[in-house]
Amino acid sequence: MTTPREAERGAGGLVLFLVLFIVALGFAVALATAIGDYSIGLGTVVLAITNGFGLTDADIPPIQESVIWDLRLSRALVAALAGAGLALCGAILQALLRNALAEPFVLGVSAGASTGAVCVIVLGIGAGGLSLSMGAFAGAFAAFAVVAVLSNGATSGPNHTILAGVAAAQLFNALTSYIVTTSGNAQQARDVMFWLLGSFGGVRWPDFQLLIGVVVLGLAICLWMARALDAFTFGDEDAAALGVPVARIRLVLFAVTAMITATIVSMVGAIGFVGLVVPHAARYVVGPTHLRLLPACAAVGAVFMVLADIVSRIVVTQQTVPIGVVTALVGVPFFALILYRSRPKT
Amino acid sequence: MTIVASNLIWGVGPKTIVRDVSLSVCGGETLGLIGPNGSGKSSLLRLLSGLKRPRSGRVEINGRDVARVSRRNLAREVAFVQQNAATDTNVSVRDVVRLGRTPHRSALGGWSSADEAAVSAALAQVDMHGRRAQAWQTLSGGERQRVHIARALAQSPTILFLDEPTNHLDIHHQIEILRMVRDLDVTSIVALHDLNLAAMFCDRIVVMQEGALVACGPPAAVLNQALLRQVFRIEAEVIELSGSGRPHIRFCSL
Repeated sequence: MTTPREAERGAGGLVLFLVLFIVALGFAVALATAIGDYSIGLGTVVLAITNGFGLTDADIPPIQESVIWDLRLSRALVAALAGAGLALCGAILQALLRNALAEPFVLGVSAGASTGAVCVIVLGIGAGGLSLSMGAFAGAFAAFAVVAVLSNGATSGPNHTILAGVAAAQLFNALTSYIVTTSGNAQQARDVMFWLLGSFGGVRWPDFQLLIGVVVLGLAICLWMARALDAFTFGDEDAAALGVPVARIRLVLFAVTAMITATIVSMVGAIGFVGLVVPHAARYVVGPTHLRLLPACAAVGAVFMVLADIVSRIVVTQQTVPIGVVTALVGVPFFALILYRSRPKT
Repeated sequence: MTIVASNLIWGVGPKTIVRDVSLSVCGGETLGLIGPNGSGKSSLLRLLSGLKRPRSGRVEINGRDVARVSRRNLAREVAFVQQNAATDTNVSVRDVVRLGRTPHRSALGGWSSADEAAVSAALAQVDMHGRRAQAWQTLSGGERQRVHIARALAQSPTILFLDEPTNHLDIHHQIEILRMVRDLDVTSIVALHDLNLAAMFCDRIVVMQEGALVACGPPAAVLNQALLRQVFRIEAEVIELSGSGRPHIRFCSL
């Protein structure tokens, strides 16, 4: 019997995975906090953080402490959560839709968010009482609602749901372009464009608190349903035959991904590529079993996004490149390598 | 191990696909379901296994109304092998068979020795134990079908439904799979196209035509010239397979 050895390897693997993840993420976050136009030493960063938790009482210049705590640490942690959330959503949607091209924005969520955002930026809907984030969030959920209606609550099968998502994305993109071209000026168009490509510029601690709640809750629900996701390997009917309540799982998981994606988009814009590529990379390493794949996706996505954010800040001096540009530029060559190595050997 | 279906009616929109079908299957029996394309075989299988809910009528499995049993509890008693279920995911034979334990496992619980035993036994039953590490994508059609059956067996069901399990297989593998199904210690209901294979391996045969059940009984009692002409619109000669008491059909080319 292989059982005890396998179980042991599973537990050992989990511990190893957690340790590796914490070390990698800790290192990435510390780097992200140290690096910037105003450079701070790594040692100072660590001391400032331990100071904050009351573990040490080192003497650090107030300006450095303020940059670390008020600006960079929250930004790095939001980046980590956004990466984790997007990668998780990508993995879930790839499984539910049984489509390797599925990603968090496949259900039109980012298009809806952009429409909501331009309604606030350009049309001034809400008259200042409504923030850009709230507009984007409302737009994202409107798009999700359209997809849900078009695909009968996501019960009409994967391809139908994807087509509904494509239709919703086209509709909301057209609306966005219409609003920008008819009512916006050049500066507003530029603002919208920049926002769409993503930026961690304005995020602060309240964003972190909201996002950690959403992502952790989402991850917990997804892990709870990970076994059921495995059962979708051979399609919906097969999952039903294996005892999975297909309609309920589908609806809950679509709602969870919409919630996570909408929250992230409304905070930092539509950061592409992470949700598509990280699940493939993680699957290549840990295999397709979702109880392993989902935490791996969250971990890899988190570290990747923090590193991408560092690159976006240092690649051009005195200027921040949109994070979506970095994730694609860094991610594509890496993804090409995985595709090349996993090509069918004929 | 028994199924009792009474007055099943099902359809899509205005079209009625299954018309008032009643039948009962006893424990350990191998029941063949035959009929022309579109006669409602697949739909009836899905109604009997609880994958679809009938418009009216009811199905009882092991004495319990299927509509009142949860999906999960049903999957512990009933397994369903679809025709040509495919995947793009990179999984091994063992991964696929392990899926069969889904209804027996909790959301986060570990892999028990009962799970391991069921998977090993299922792999051995379809003679794929030696190839459990092989990648699904590298299997031939017959091997994939055998792995699907192993996955169904890993569910430890008392009743097994198979929708045209011999599709796209060569004659050797067709016979091998049906012999295996017949010899299993479960009640099985098999939709089949090949009338001679149905006659060879089934204890009883149900004939469907335009959604209705037109005949039901042992192969020798059901398969005759008149029925083949009426249901399948063919001219054929039915002879007895020497010594077995089972009928054999010879198609006339006219």
